[in-house]
Order: sequence, then structure tokens, then C-alpha cells
Amino acid sequence: MARFLVRRLLNYVALCLIATFLAFGLASLTFNPLAAYAERTPPPPPAAIAAKRAELRLDDPIPARFVGWIGDVALGDFGTTTTGTPIGEQLFSRIGVSLRLFALGTVIGVVVGVLVGVTGAVRQYRFTDYASTVFSFVILSIPVFVLAQLLKFGGLQLNAAAGTTILYFQGEVTPSFRGSAGAELLDRLQHLVLPTLAIALQQIAYYSRYQRSAMLDVLGSDFLRTAQAKGLTRPRALFKHGLRTALIPMATLFAFGFGLLLTGGVFTERIFGWFGMGDWLVYGIQRQDTTIVATVTLFVAVLVLLSGWLSDVLYAALDPRIRIR
Amino acid sequence: MTASTDLGTGAGEQVIDQPRRGALVLRRLLGNRLAVVGLGVIVALFVLAYTAPLVYHWDYEELDYTAFLAAPSADHWFGTTQVGGDVFAQTMRGLQKSLVIGLLVGVISTAVAAVVGAAAGYFGGWVDRSLMWLVDLLLVLPSFLVIAIVSPTFRGQTWLVFVLLLALFAWMITARIVRGMTLTLREREFVKAARFMGVPPWKIIFRHIVPNMSSLLIIDATITVGTAILAETGLSFFGFGVQPPDVSLGSLIAAGVDSAQTFPWLFGFSAGFLILAVLSVNLVGDGLRDALDAGSVRSRRADRRARGSAT
Amino acid sequence: MTAAEQFLDPVLAEGPVLTVSNLSVSFPSEAGRVDAVRGLSYEIATGEVLGIVGESGSGKSVSSMAVMGLLPGSARISGSVRFRDTELIGKPDVELSRIRGRRIAMVFQDPLSALTPVFTVGDQVAEALQVHRRELSASAARNRAVELLDLVGIPNAGSRAKAFPHEFSGGMRQRAVIAMAIANDPDLIIADEPTTALDVTVQAQVLDVLKTAREVTGAGILLITHDLGVVAGVADRVLVMYAGRAVESAPVDELFARPRMPYTLGLLGSLPRLDDEERRPLVPIEGQPPALTNLPAGCPFTPRCPLAVDLCREVEPELEIVAMAHRAACHRSSELVRSDATDVYGVSTLAEAGTGEVPRGERPVVLAVRDMIKHYPITRGTVLRRRIGTVHAVDGVSFEVRQGETLGLVGESGCGKTTTLMEILSLTQPERGSVEVLGRDVTGLDRKARTRLRRDVQVVFQDPVASLDPRMPVADIIAEPLVTHGVLRSEIRTRVPELLRLVGLRPEHASRYPAEFSGGQRQRIGIARALALEPKLLVLDEPVSALDVSIQAGVVNLLEELRVRLGLAYLFVAHDLSVVRHIADRVAVMYLGRIVEIGEVRTVFRAPQHPYTQALLSAIPVPDPAVERARERILLTGDLPSPADPPAGCRFRSRCFRYTALDAADQRRCEQDDPALERTDAPDQQVACHFAAPYAVL
Repeated sequence: MARFLVRRLLNYVALCLIATFLAFGLASLTFNPLAAYAERTPPPPPAAIAAKRAELRLDDPIPARFVGWIGDVALGDFGTTTTGTPIGEQLFSRIGVSLRLFALGTVIGVVVGVLVGVTGAVRQYRFTDYASTVFSFVILSIPVFVLAQLLKFGGLQLNAAAGTTILYFQGEVTPSFRGSAGAELLDRLQHLVLPTLAIALQQIAYYSRYQRSAMLDVLGSDFLRTAQAKGLTRPRALFKHGLRTALIPMATLFAFGFGLLLTGGVFTERIFGWFGMGDWLVYGIQRQDTTIVATVTLFVAVLVLLSGWLSDVLYAALDPRIRIR
Repeated sequence: MTASTDLGTGAGEQVIDQPRRGALVLRRLLGNRLAVVGLGVIVALFVLAYTAPLVYHWDYEELDYTAFLAAPSADHWFGTTQVGGDVFAQTMRGLQKSLVIGLLVGVISTAVAAVVGAAAGYFGGWVDRSLMWLVDLLLVLPSFLVIAIVSPTFRGQTWLVFVLLLALFAWMITARIVRGMTLTLREREFVKAARFMGVPPWKIIFRHIVPNMSSLLIIDATITVGTAILAETGLSFFGFGVQPPDVSLGSLIAAGVDSAQTFPWLFGFSAGFLILAVLSVNLVGDGLRDALDAGSVRSRRADRRARGSAT
Repeated sequence: MTAAEQFLDPVLAEGPVLTVSNLSVSFPSEAGRVDAVRGLSYEIATGEVLGIVGESGSGKSVSSMAVMGLLPGSARISGSVRFRDTELIGKPDVELSRIRGRRIAMVFQDPLSALTPVFTVGDQVAEALQVHRRELSASAARNRAVELLDLVGIPNAGSRAKAFPHEFSGGMRQRAVIAMAIANDPDLIIADEPTTALDVTVQAQVLDVLKTAREVTGAGILLITHDLGVVAGVADRVLVMYAGRAVESAPVDELFARPRMPYTLGLLGSLPRLDDEERRPLVPIEGQPPALTNLPAGCPFTPRCPLAVDLCREVEPELEIVAMAHRAACHRSSELVRSDATDVYGVSTLAEAGTGEVPRGERPVVLAVRDMIKHYPITRGTVLRRRIGTVHAVDGVSFEVRQGETLGLVGESGCGKTTTLMEILSLTQPERGSVEVLGRDVTGLDRKARTRLRRDVQVVFQDPVASLDPRMPVADIIAEPLVTHGVLRSEIRTRVPELLRLVGLRPEHASRYPAEFSGGQRQRIGIARALALEPKLLVLDEPVSALDVSIQAGVVNLLEELRVRLGLAYLFVAHDLSVVRHIADRVAVMYLGRIVEIGEVRTVFRAPQHPYTQALLSAIPVPDPAVERARERILLTGDLPSPADPPAGCRFRSRCFRYTALDAADQRRCEQDDPALERTDAPDQQVACHFAAPYAVL
């Protein structure tokens, strides 16, 4: 089993590198990082432009540039942006910001999603089922950037109704805020609610739909009938034998749900002014900065693959049939 | 067949009188109220998006210098923008774009998924391995990122390039499912029968395998339409999608979002139409799944039982 | 029921465990309400085995689910089910769950899906104990579970209890389910097709375990099955169901000897029997069971009944006493005393094959397989594949099929018979050995020649649902081989109706889709497709095993008729030896990738020499209670060894009863020497056993 997972991990690392290379290559091909520089008024002398070109190694072939960059990355140096600031300075704080958002959103999303899905399946065609179905459909049909905006409106209404600021919707903390540890935590929480909700709502909608159908599949299964024939009451059979089995397909979904999370993250960070990786990506593309784009791609690829690997591990943990002895 | 009347009658003269599959699916679909509503809304949106501009008195590129940021009125149904553009005309134009892009992406990506998935599943071996590796790779590359990166290159190009890019990143998961189903179908006896008859592989794929996945493909195409609309508007929201002077619902929302509090018509109408469109598509997709799959789930279960009891 | 009737019914003297009266169950469906059970009444006495027999859709399983209260909420149930003195219908789930598993236990058909995949077998058995006895500690429950598993014959029960269901074979799983059922010493065990999904030798084992269970618990058993053979051997009393109703019920001997309802008579006549001496035509019952929505008035069997009169169309007959303890629901049952199915159903005798006169040796060889081997690698790893073992699926198989004859290839699942077929059908060079079709070696055929050769070898598959593309009309399905081989369109147009008529279907059906046909009709379509190119050899992979017996008979008759008329050769793969006995001229018995015995069918069945053949034949139930009681069963021990790791020497020795009786020196021979096929004294019989000896099992 362990060897199987190690081999999967190696395969993923290779995929990661290739994905990063492709993003790096595409960005190098399409971006013109000197455009802004060359169009300055007064225009910089050709020698200065040439020097800048050499500094950014724009004349080297792309594979060579990539190998140089990834080699540095392996040593812990992520290079610099086109404006000359080292990537490393921002990288870890941004990763922290994104992971806080993603982790909380995912945990809430999975737990609530599974609960909602199971309830919907068990109470199929009753009010709870219809309500959760309609909720999921509506949420899944609202783009994140609209959802985030609507949450903002909601926050404003709430604040207006309360007459004081309960929820913030810009940044992670109030910049000048100083206070006790408890007060600072509260301030953070006040900032956290809306963006987390934007992420979590989507995840809940996504997971609950699948959990519902996985549970419905299990509801008609023979082993549930056996459990009841043994003398378990229906609710007990459902939760002990049904739910446990219906969780298995969720392990695979977990990897796919991550894609939703990432795009959701980009919009959420952007709209709520969180300086995370998603925000950086948009910034990098707008500034035509290959290094930022490549760094973010590497991060995203690692996350996607990690989630894929995690879902393999989860799957093996949940389903004794695929455990390789 | 006089020699064996006993055999002829043994076959039973009566054939089970069943409604044809198409009629059955339609009946089931029409029995699903939400799906019917969704279907109605989509048709209405298409009609509206394409006919309203013909009769409306403002063009989406036209500016009204007498009305900046005007609230909705008889003249400007949805109000105007900062520079006097008519929001209704723009919303209709954006709706056209978003709907057409979604539809095309749904069809193209599902077709690609069907061919790639079926080929990988049917041929197996290195074909399977290399195609699935490609799928893994494209899944790892976030579509949003790649399209955003290359968006500068299609500035000034036709929006069809954008459609192809969206489609390029929308087929992988379906292809995986198709591959899985092909693996099962390949072992089904009617496919084996065709093989032992000498029917060439590609003919088997297009004659037996793909048609037998049509329910999955139809459902998936529908759902992809929804996701494609979301992806398109998302990219356009950041300016990485449909490029000005053309508009899409995404770019309209982006333009209106900052002043949404004070001038709600800049944001509300485009966002409302967008949600309405995606929601309707999703409802139809779900209704189709129930209508098309209900039977197959049942028969699959019956199959399993029959096979179980026979061995 | 009057006192007099109770007196007549000896079964009721003790007072029944279960009394079902006027039970009706209906479900909603798209075509309207399905009346799955329509007024069913029966009772079971303590320790009695009641067999309920019926074809698929007769309502036999639904009625037992209704007894257990396990039907989905959409089912509408009426009537009464009394267990001892408790009325079960309408009881809430919580109260029912106190009876389920403790007083009434159940064994299901499909042992694969009946166990929860994510819990160990031991835990699942222990749960059955703990659910009713809260005071039982976890470790005590676990110990008792191991005892129970041991009781039902699971070897090394202590360690096997920690295994998951997927690590158990089908037979072992069914034993585990039985262990669960007897855990709380129930008064009644409902067994719903408990052996249908199992191989015959395993079936014999499981039925034996069920007998043990009955002895241990003294419970009454409700045995639901479609297999009249199983009923004949196990049941005390039999109830026949048709279209949701009981149509006949009687003590087992009485029912088999003197059926009083045409349906029962037909069912008995449609069964091929292992102990048939002469080839007799089977009795097919025309048509198919009615759909249970909006049933017309009258007896539902009327459209298929050869004795139907006007009264049958108007009034549905009640189940009435026709003899001592014998009830039947038929207006004409009094005319059916001592009738013969062949007479009642008017079946003509079969024409003998024209080739019958030509001695076998002079007929051309259609298919010759020599020393064929097919090994599958077992690999592990996704990126770097490596071979960690080899499955010896087919390991040196040789046989010939000559024109106009049928070779039956039999064996249990996993013996390699299907792999053998697929290897032959691929028409490519086997891993080792050779395949010759019509004298042409398939080795070195180019693609064109191979395609040409395919015209002569066609196949009919087991599953009538899976073997026809559901998205094609029947005309296209039958035309597909013709189109593929470039037959002219105009010719195809005349061929398709011809073929449909040939297999007993009507040309008007050509534009219909497979879903509109019943199983038997679909199998006929499959046969028509196989015959389209006028092949010389038809490979039949379990062609009738997915069909109900009454339908099966018609298809078997058709196959025989076609072989005679068209001079075909059949390679007929089956696990049902009764069918093989009926249809084949020669038979080859496979075990773990080898043929262990081959020869003329009468010789092999009358005097089998290989211990495996003997065990196999002995495991097959004969639909005749008198014969069944007199038979002595050879029970094989254990499961089929893994084909990845067959025993050294003789492959069968790990389960061989003859091996265990040998002295050490002889045993060594079996352990070291792999026996080859050798001729016996009979003219056409070869056996691969060092200690071959004839033994009549019938």
C-alpha cells in the first residue's frame, strides 16, 4: 500500500513539473514584460532596454530559462518579479492567506455538504430534500463573483441594521488595529466570515448533490436489506451500513472539488481584497509577469496533486476492497 | 416454417407493447416541473436575446449623450452607464454571447470527450495510457490560468478562438467517465459479437459504443453548457475573455460591480440574467438525468442480477 | 378454513409458525400499478420446509419481503401475515426489527451484495448477535460469531472472521449469511434463491449447510427458488406461484407425481433431466408471463394454456382442494389426473439428424483445438508494471468438433471454459498450441483471410439483454454481419425476414427494438444474427442459462432443430449439465484450465470415471423427489483453488475424495504426476486421473 502511494506521488511530481513548464512556456511566449518599460516617456535608450532584456534572460531559449528558474526554486530561490522584487518575500505570506481560506472553506463545505446530502437522500421527495436541492442548484448557478458581491450586500445590510460594523469585507485584518489577542482574533473573524462563506457555500452545494446521489444508490442496496433483516432498525442500518459505504465515492470527488475551490479562491480573494495566491495570479497576468505566473502555477499544481494524492489515501482508508496487501 | 410449428409458436406471438424510448424520456422529462420551467426559460432567453435587439431602439455600441447613469425608464429600459450606453441593449448582446459560447463549448467538449474517452477505453494499452496522461495533465493545469495567460494573443481575434480554448479545458472529466463506461461496454456481448463478426474497431466505436452512451453525453453536454457559461463570464469579468468592444455578461458585471450599491441596474440585470440562464440549464440537465438515467439504472441493476443468477 | 380441512392437512396439526392470508402487494410504476402479489395464502409448520417455486416476476420474492416488512415505502400491502400469534402487517419498524433476525431470519440470493463491503465478516455476524442481545460483550459476540462461522463450515473461522466480504468466495459469503441467519436461533428462516448465484457443487454444499441450520435451530424454512430440482431435494411441501398467485400447492411427492395445474405440468415437462435416457423433446410453454398491470379478468395463464376454455377467460379459478392436502387453481384440474406434459402441450417428436447415419469418424472436422494455452499475467503498479504471477486460465486443452455434432464444454465458473471460447473466437494464434477451423490453421492468417474465416464461425452469447445493441432495430442487428461482409443490400432485404422466420419470429418484428422483446425472443434474435452468414460452426456461450425454464425449453428445441436442418456443428458451453445431457453428443468436463474427462455424452453421464465429473453430476439435483431421496451426494470440500496457483501434480487433488482414501504411496503419485487424458474401455471416453474408476451417480 505504502509503495503504491509513493509511486503515485512520484507520478504526480512529474506531472507537476510538466504543468509548470507549460505555464511558464506559454507565459514566456505570450507576455511582453518590457512593453510597459519600453513605452515610458521619455523612452529609455535601446542600451537600457537591452540590459533589461539580458537581466530577464529574454533571449535565452524558453527551456533553458525554465531549467534555470526551476533549479533556483529547488534551492529555495523563486526569482524576482519584472519590477525586481524577490518572489520569496511575498510567497509564504500569500500561501498562508490562501490556505487559511481554502482549508476552512473545504472543511465546512465537506462536513455540511455530506450532512445536507444524506438528509436529502433519506428524506427523498420531502420538503427538506426539495429545499436542499433548490439551494444547491441556485448556489451552483451563481458565479462566485456575483455570489461574493451578494454576500457583500448582505454584510452591508447587516451592519446597517446593527448600527455598527459586524462584518468587514476588505482584507484580512483592520490595518491599524491594535488590541488584546482576543480582540485581534475577533477582528480576524469579522473579516473571515464573508469570504469563507463565499467558498463554503459553493462547496456545500457541490458535495451535497453528490452525497445525495451516492446515498440514494446505497439506499436500494442488498446489504442494507441484510442489515435490516438482522434486526437493525432502518435509521440505524442507514447510518451504520449506508453512510459508511456512501462516503467511498466522495473520496474521488474530493480531488475534483478542489478545482472548483481554486477558481472560487481567485475571485473571492480578489473581491474581498485578500492578498493570496489567486489575487497574485491576476496581478501577475495583468503585469505580464512570467515568474509570478509560473510560481502560482507551481503552487496550484502542487495543491491539485496533493489533493489527488490525498483522495487516493482517503479512498484506500475508506474502501477495504482497494487496499493492496 | 411448417416443419417446426412447435418452435414458431414457442417464440410467442406477442411483443411487449412498450412506448418507444424517445417518447418515454420526453414523458418523464415533461413530468419534471422544474426541468420544464428551465427549458422554457432557456428558449425564452434565446428568443429574447436574438429578437429584442432587432426591435429595440438603441444599439449596444450606441451612446446617449443626454443620459449618463440614468435609472431605468421607458426610453432606456434598464437605464444607462456612465458614458450613456444603453444597459438593455448591452445586456441582450451579452446574453447572446454568453449563451452561444456556452452552447458551443458544451457541444464541442462533449464530442471531444466522447471520441477520446471511447478510444482510450476501447483500444487500451499505450493509446489509453497516453490519452489518460494527457487528461491528467490538463486537469492539473488550471484552465482559468492558461486561458488568462494566453488571453493577450486572442485580443483582436474572433471570439471563436475563446470558445475553442474553453472547450479545450472542459472535456477531461467527461472523457474519464466515457472511458470507464467504454471499458464496461467493450465487454458487453453485443460489442463482442460485432468484433467476432469482423467489424473494424472504429466502426464499433461509432456504431455501438458512442450511441450507447448517448444519455450520459446528452446530460453531460447540458451540464457543460452551464459550467462553460460560468467560466466564460468569470474570465470576461477579469478582462481575459470576450474582448471589448464586444460584451458578455461577465464584462458587463465587472463594469457595474463597483457602483452596484448606488446604481443597481448596472449590476443587477446582467447578474440576474446570468443566474437565470445557468440555473435553467442546470435544471434541464438534472431533469434529463432523471429522465434518461432512471431506466438505465434500473436495467443495469436488473442486468447485474441476471448475470449473477446465471453464473 | 374449516375444521375438516385442517384435519385433512396434516401440516397444520402442530399449528403454523407463519400464516399468510390473502396477502396482496402492489407497486406504482410508469405503466400503472403493478400487482406483484395478488391474494396469496399459505402457512408453514414448525420445522417444515416449504418451497415456493415460480419464474421471474411471479411475485415469490416480493411476498417474502412483505413478510419481513422490507418492502420500500411505495409498496401497498394488504392482507395478513401472522407470525405465531403476532400480526406483522402494519407493525412499526422498531417493533418489526425486534422480530427480524431473532425470530425470523433471512438468506438472500446474491451473497456478493448482501454483505456490507466495508465491515469484516466477523463483525457483521457479531452485529446480528448484539443487536438483539445488548448485554452481550463485544468479545463474547466475536467469539460466538467465530463459532457460528465454524458451524456453517468456514475453515479457519478464527482468522477468516477478520476478512472482508470481497476476500470470500461466493459460497463462503453465502455461508456467512446463513451464519447470521441462525445466530439467534430463529423459528423461521426465509431463504430467497439462496443458491441461484452459485455453482452446482457449491450449491450442494450450501443446501447441506441449510439442512444443518434447520437441524440446529429446528426452524421452519421458506425456500424460494425457480429450480424445481432444488425443491425436489429439500422441500416437504411445494407452492407454485404464477402471476402473483398460488396456483398449486401440495406435498412434494404428490406435486411432482400428479400435478393438477397445466402450468406446473408444463414446468415439469420443460425441464431437461440429468437422468433422461432417451432424447425427448422438451415442453416449451408458449408466450410469456403476463405483465402485472391491469390484468384482464380470468385465469392469467389462459393465453399460454393448451387447455383453456371460455370459462378460463372469464373467471379466475380459486385455489381449491383437489386431493388430500393438494390444492390447485384450475377449472380443468379434474381432467389432469395422470396426464403427460407432452400430450397436453402437443409436442411433436424430434426429427433425427440426417448426419446421424454417417459415422462420426468419417465426418469432417470443423474445429480442432490442440494443446491450447492461455495465461494471463497478474501485474502490479501503474507506472512501472511488473508481473507478479500468472493465471493459468487455459492450460493445455485439446478437442475436436465434427460436422453435425454438439460438443458440450462444462465446468464451474473459473474453470476456463469461457476463456477457451474467446481464444477460439479471436481466430488468432494462441499462446501455445493450435486452433484449426475447417482444416485451416489460424496461425499466420492475414487480416483478410481471418475476416473471411469469421463467416464460418459465429457466436451466441449468454445474456439476451447484453448481446443485442439496445439502440438498433432488429433488422439492423441481424443485417450487421451481412453488411460487414459485403453482402448486397437487395440480398440483405430478403435474408432478414427469412432469418426471422427461421428462428420462429415474425418478419413484421424487424423494425422493433430489442427492449420490446422478451428474453427468449431476444435470444432467438441473437441466433438469427449468428446464422446470417451461414456458418459451419456455432459457438454457444451458455445460451439458455439466463432464461426461465419454460422459455429455455423453446430455445433448446430450436437449437436442436436448426442443427439438424442446417447440418451445423455446435460448441456448447454450459454449467447446467442437465441441458448438456439433453443437447450434446459429446461432453468435455473442464477443471482449472484442463479437460479432465471427455467423451460420448451417454457414456460420461452413465459411467463417469473422473472424481470431479462424478462430484459434478452428483451435485445436480434431479426434479424428482423419489430419485433425489435415494441419491447419495458427493460433497466436494473447499473452494476452487486459485488458477494463479494450481496444486502441483493432479490439480483436482486438493478437493478429491478419492485422493484422501488412497495410501501414502498412491497419494504421492497424485502429488507429483500430472495425469494426462487417457482412453478408457469405453469406445469414446478419455479421463485424466491416475485412479480412474467408473461410478454411477445416477
